Amino acid sequence: MEWETVIGLEVHAQLKTKSKIFSGASTQFGAAPNTQACAIDLGMPGVLPVLNKEAVHMAIKFALGTQSEVAHRSVFARKNYFYPDLPKGYQISQYELPVVKNGYIDVLFENGESKRIRITRAHLEEDAGKSLHEDFHGLTGIDLNRAGTPLLEIVSEPDMRSAKEAVLYLKALHTLVRYLDICDGNMQEGSFRCDANVSVRPKGESKFGTRTELKNINSFRFVERAINYEVERQIQTLESGGKILQETRLYDPNKNETRAMRSKEEANDYRYFPDPDLLPLVITDDLIEKIKSDLPELPQQKRERFISQYGLTSYDAVILSSSKEMADYYERAVLASSHPKLTANWITSELLGALNKADLEINESPIQADQIGGLVARIADNTISGKIAKTIFEALWQKEGEVDEIIENRGLKQVTDTAAIEKMIDEIIAANPSQVAEYRAGKEKLFGFFIGQAMKASGGKVNPQQLNELLKKKLMG
Amino acid sequence: MHHKTITELSQDLHHKNISSLELTTLFLERIKKYNVKLNAFITITEEEALKAAKIADEHHAAGTAGPLTGIPLAHKDIFCTDQIKTTCGSKMLDNFIAPYDATLVEQMKQAGMILLGKTNMDEFAMGSSNENSFYGPVKNPWHTDYVTGGSSGGSAAAVAARLIPAATGTDTGGSIRQPAALCGITGLKPTYGRISRYGIIAFASSLDQAGPFAKTAEDIAHLLNVMARFDERDSSCVDAPVPDYTTTLNNPIQNMRIGLPKEYFSEGINQDVAKAIEDAIKVYEKLGATMHEISLPHTHLAVPAYYVIAPAECSSNLARYDGVRYGYRCPHPKDLEDLYKRSRSESFGAEVKRRIMIGTYALSAGYYDAYYLKAQKIRRLICNDFTEAFKKVDVILSPTSPTIAFKVGEKSSDPISMYLSDIYTIAVNLAGLPGISVPARFSKLPIGMQLIGNLFEEAKLLNVAHWYQKETDWHKHIPEGF
Repeated sequence: MEWETVIGLEVHAQLKTKSKIFSGASTQFGAAPNTQACAIDLGMPGVLPVLNKEAVHMAIKFALGTQSEVAHRSVFARKNYFYPDLPKGYQISQYELPVVKNGYIDVLFENGESKRIRITRAHLEEDAGKSLHEDFHGLTGIDLNRAGTPLLEIVSEPDMRSAKEAVLYLKALHTLVRYLDICDGNMQEGSFRCDANVSVRPKGESKFGTRTELKNINSFRFVERAINYEVERQIQTLESGGKILQETRLYDPNKNETRAMRSKEEANDYRYFPDPDLLPLVITDDLIEKIKSDLPELPQQKRERFISQYGLTSYDAVILSSSKEMADYYERAVLASSHPKLTANWITSELLGALNKADLEINESPIQADQIGGLVARIADNTISGKIAKTIFEALWQKEGEVDEIIENRGLKQVTDTAAIEKMIDEIIAANPSQVAEYRAGKEKLFGFFIGQAMKASGGKVNPQQLNELLKKKLMG
Repeated sequence: MHHKTITELSQDLHHKNISSLELTTLFLERIKKYNVKLNAFITITEEEALKAAKIADEHHAAGTAGPLTGIPLAHKDIFCTDQIKTTCGSKMLDNFIAPYDATLVEQMKQAGMILLGKTNMDEFAMGSSNENSFYGPVKNPWHTDYVTGGSSGGSAAAVAARLIPAATGTDTGGSIRQPAALCGITGLKPTYGRISRYGIIAFASSLDQAGPFAKTAEDIAHLLNVMARFDERDSSCVDAPVPDYTTTLNNPIQNMRIGLPKEYFSEGINQDVAKAIEDAIKVYEKLGATMHEISLPHTHLAVPAYYVIAPAECSSNLARYDGVRYGYRCPHPKDLEDLYKRSRSESFGAEVKRRIMIGTYALSAGYYDAYYLKAQKIRRLICNDFTEAFKKVDVILSPTSPTIAFKVGEKSSDPISMYLSDIYTIAVNLAGLPGISVPARFSKLPIGMQLIGNLFEEAKLLNVAHWYQKETDWHKHIPEGF
């Protein structure tokens, strides 16, 4: 039987506010345990939450970036359950009335086709603390620094049909929240976390199959691998006559498998109800308009502009708009080169290849944007050949200096003087009479031999087009 | 000296007839002497009080004293007090030293009032008799076999017995007004949002409201002047202008329209209580006010709705008492679940457990719509009743409680009959309105009458109550032996 995969993602994006969502404590990552938890975060008797407006502004930004509706009135609700790292015994979240709903993101495939993934809702909530099970000799340590950190939980429709699509969507979301400057996107530190709801159904079936929820898939690679494993598991189970149980499953990246965590029956009854300590969140059109006017150019707009303004392929446009840093780097390089397409080629192939190999981000590149732009400019104005450019690229990477300096110091300037080239060709012809004779007798393959000789003699600096033309002419006799 | 009102004591302090230190010492002596009998205080803060009194005297000497500087005060033990034990009447918090001051505690401190101690209360403010305290029941100063009412019974008894000139309380379903009535003193529950809830240990967040106890409406006005203030730490606090409540006390009440809800005077009302209200009507008519029968048609639904909403909120508010970070922790827990179960079952009392269970049930999947949501709809209807009523009248007059105080132990095995003793006060909390209870007659024990005002009309309530106290002397009666 042919099966179809159905995936929906729930993403928790930690918002980049300075203080927590309901208290004034700092949200800085990495402080000593329990040093960034005030009386409110500790759930002391008598304390009350006060909503951080900055978190609301960030949720509105997200709505504007995903063509979503901003709810003019949304409600904070309490999600009640007991856990040691949940100080109040409930999490303040949004339930029936979220602040953001009904949006979408268009993801782009490598072949240039796109697909719309709908966003059901996004709501504001507070994060819990952390339970630390290591280093406590059979006991559990509680660190409440993270308790009360603002989260935006972004829930998609079950619109994705493969692990690959899920990763594309997740990457698009990741790019977007960083463009909007509402989340640092650091997956290692848990600032951007993902759960996946996965089910399969026979191709053509309109009803969804029973889904499982996958947890602990906090890298793009794990998302893809965990979903693929889970899809395979579900298909095998169904094909061998079994049933899929609605349950939460934990992904183990070491073994590359998912394991049952808790079933639907064991799931908590969270007894959601509106939090009486917080008024309904009212957002005016004025505020939305104000935030809209301050919105930066977003990935999709940037992508489209790169295609129309610079004539890039959609593939290059996706890569070069994949982060704000990348896009800014590219545009600074273009400013220096005035050749957008050639610049795009050099960045996507040479530079990104080298960065990848060195495990560096674009903002850590040893070569500055104006340097790569300058290099491209020298190729474009025939000062150097593409081949020499690679040598200079190496030198730039080693921080040997600026492009023109390197050309000058190493004598890499391309030879474009016709007389000089002709003189060199004459010498080669004179030095290789038998090859010249063979060529003239019809052995045209030998043309490459003469090119090689010329390149050798010039140290690779001779302009290839000119050499070609002049050599042909001279060999004709 | 201890019979004097705040207004009189303030004069004495400003005229240097007495120092704050003398006054504080006097009241501390009375507390130490009578608390054995009344059990009104859980904690006495003698050392801190004497220190604060000396500072207050410096202010008086320097001429920087305010109207309340140097006047002793007691807080219900539901207000968090920095570095002072804050128990909420529960074994759960018997060992809890609050790490911060509630906003209201801060405000009273800033006003120069001297904290003498923390008063006894029903556990987590759940009760109408003060029998639900881990520290034992408070005794009514008028007759120690009788209850004080609750949940702020310790504060009410302390003021009634003249152990303190002023005390704070909280009122979620009548917890200020009912004990004020049963102890023969004046107690105000202000509009929801008038006083900060920050630092008040939550029972039912949408209903909890702090307020003052004193001998007279005039004293209440002085206290409210300090207590009513916007606090950005409480999102439900309202940034409404705060008038000087003392300046309108003597405004004429001629043609003031007083509403009498017909639903409040039907069955179940004690004859003496009914008589007290009839007498009050005569007093007001003599003063030129006019009486109007009004209808609050959803009155009968107030108690049932309240006993869904309040427990629902309490079931969530009390989840933080889990034995993990502070408060009672059971000895030698086997595992996490054992820690939760035993810490909570060994330290919460029966009434608290009952309400947590009711509330948990009411919020459960499949029951939420039938209970919690329906109760919220009733709450809306009750609010509408009052909105309609206040189109026709300025204030509403009613009994505070259908009966006088009952004997300790008399109703403790019958929670429903206990819940019904809040029938006149509960709707006021559901609607968020201000209400005041003032002494009106005696039937061996004190009777209280309640005045209900529209939102943020505390000044009008105090004005109407003050005129009653100018015309009568029920508030001047003192329990024998005090």
